[in-house]
Amino acid sequence: MLDASVKVTAARKAMRHIEFRETEGRGAGFPALVLLLALVTLAGVLAGHHMDVEGHHVTGMNNRIVWGLPHVFAVFLIVAASGALNVASLSSVFRRPAYEPLARLSAVLAIALLAGGLTVLVLDLGRPDRLVVAMTHYNFSSIFAWNILLYTGFMAVVVVYLWIHMERRMQRHVRWAGVVAFAWRIVLTTGTGCIFGFLVARQAYDAAIMAPMFVAMSLSLGLAVFILVLLAAASMTARPLDEGLLRRLARLQALFVSVVLYFVVARHLANLYVAEHGAVERFLLLDGGQYPVVFWVGQILAGTLAPLAILWWWRPRSRGWTAAAAALVVVGGLSQLYGIIIGGQAAPLDIFPGKEVIEGALIAGEPASYAARLPELLLGLGGAAVSGLILVVAVRVLRILPERLDEAGADDTGNVYGR
Amino acid sequence: MKVEVDRLGRVARRRFLARAGIAAGAVLASGLALVPLARAGRTREPHEPVTGEVRYGLFIDSARCARDCDACVRACNDEHGLEPVHGPATDPQWIQKVTLRDRATGRVSALPLMCQHCADPPCVDVCPTGASFRRADGIVLVDKHTCIGCRYCVMACPFQARAFVHEAVENPRPWSPRGKGTVESCNLCVHRIDAGDGRNPACVEACAATGRHAIIFGDLNDPESPISKALANGPSAELRPDFSLDTGVRYRNL
Repeated sequence: MLDASVKVTAARKAMRHIEFRETEGRGAGFPALVLLLALVTLAGVLAGHHMDVEGHHVTGMNNRIVWGLPHVFAVFLIVAASGALNVASLSSVFRRPAYEPLARLSAVLAIALLAGGLTVLVLDLGRPDRLVVAMTHYNFSSIFAWNILLYTGFMAVVVVYLWIHMERRMQRHVRWAGVVAFAWRIVLTTGTGCIFGFLVARQAYDAAIMAPMFVAMSLSLGLAVFILVLLAAASMTARPLDEGLLRRLARLQALFVSVVLYFVVARHLANLYVAEHGAVERFLLLDGGQYPVVFWVGQILAGTLAPLAILWWWRPRSRGWTAAAAALVVVGGLSQLYGIIIGGQAAPLDIFPGKEVIEGALIAGEPASYAARLPELLLGLGGAAVSGLILVVAVRVLRILPERLDEAGADDTGNVYGR
Repeated sequence: MKVEVDRLGRVARRRFLARAGIAAGAVLASGLALVPLARAGRTREPHEPVTGEVRYGLFIDSARCARDCDACVRACNDEHGLEPVHGPATDPQWIQKVTLRDRATGRVSALPLMCQHCADPPCVDVCPTGASFRRADGIVLVDKHTCIGCRYCVMACPFQARAFVHEAVENPRPWSPRGKGTVESCNLCVHRIDAGDGRNPACVEACAATGRHAIIFGDLNDPESPISKALANGPSAELRPDFSLDTGVRYRNL
């Protein structure tokens, strides 16, 4: 009886052991990928430098649309960074052992995405050389200042989590590190949503729902990027990937997309109910030029309904279609942020209620025009490339990826990797 | 007996000290009370610190403002070296000339729109570095040394009164610091106020020169100032009073 028990324990210990290994990087694939990412990063940095030297008139931004495409990319990467930690949280906070082998990848991806987003944000500043001022002068009534602390703090918390996860002696603390990181990411995304929610003067923002909506967006966008990275990693490093795990992630993705849709519907319905916000809603959903197109085609059709159809009904078991659905979620996320950030600014500001502005250089009662230019696009893509570069180098030099990705989903009840 | 004298002596001394203290306090208090009275109606000397006893603001009578006149805008641009470069979308503009039509009555009115110098300015609340600040005398300014150019204040301003410097500043005025990559807005010609020579802001001066006197500048806290008298003379309104920002710029006949 005793012998049997010892045997079972020994067997469990053997099964619990997950081998993490650096990617090998042999052949032309790895250097080619690094070179490509480095070139896009360089293009982004040069674009940022060009904007810094020439001034922001070389972009599509103006005095009406002061936050343009770089902010769409930056906020996307930051929001996705927080959501990329989902898998680590499932493993360490919610004790789902099936996700344990992917926890490190999840944490590294979170760090990489945040670094990419912050790079864009900093290089888009009017005075990026004054970064040290931003780090030393804090106005604590500003949610933006709080976000600077939340971003840098998140980076530190996730680095500590990753270290604890990788250091055998520290394993017993991994749950608490995971809990802190999870709490921090919820606060962080709440803070990012509040950047818009606290703008009381603008009818398109000024809504408490921005905070939970951004949390939901982070869950969805972060998981979408994670799925894409996981599939790419499995394919490029020839690691077998468990279909059961992928199905679970796909189901979770569909759930998160639905939650985001719920918040989007709630936000617009609430605004439509308020007469004061009628004009802004009409602008964003009906007659605002490019913004209704981005909303209905980019966000709702391509970014919400299409991935839901794929993941729930059409091809939930296909790896390729799961990747396509995740990519569509990314497109939807970028569209949604474009609509929130740029559409929200373009909507006419109601400075004189009851009056129509018939003359005035800047306001003129017309929606502000905006067309992104090349430097902005390069800067945004450069930020994404920074994320990619950090990720690729990290999995090459650190033990981030498990040797086999197919064991990961073997059992969700704790029998394989159960602590 | 000796003890009594001592005690009496001490009592007398205490009384004397207490009375002297009260008298000194009263003199000091009356002196302090006189300070605002003395300050009211006179310009602060350049060496004196800015205080909250004054609150600078503008009164704009739209009925006196002509639709085809942009003297205030030109004067402002000239005073602060704001030159058009790449078109109205990105050009610096501290005053915008606006024409409105009432949706119900069709009545048309014209007015200059600039920083409203709010008592509770959203731009100051949101600025991450504290570069946007409100001076004790009510003037909302941007510290050009700590502005990082994040433009969050532009997003937060309900009046679209802030501008981002989109290109290098060609002809800077020594009295009006500006810089590419930072945010700026009407500063009520703070250099004139601080010079203490009693000159009005450039826009007020230019409007007066046209004979219209549509803009009046002054201390809102001083009941004898021209702006307070003009305000007392009839109804006036803040823009977007529902935001409760207590703006330093008030309009009439919008």
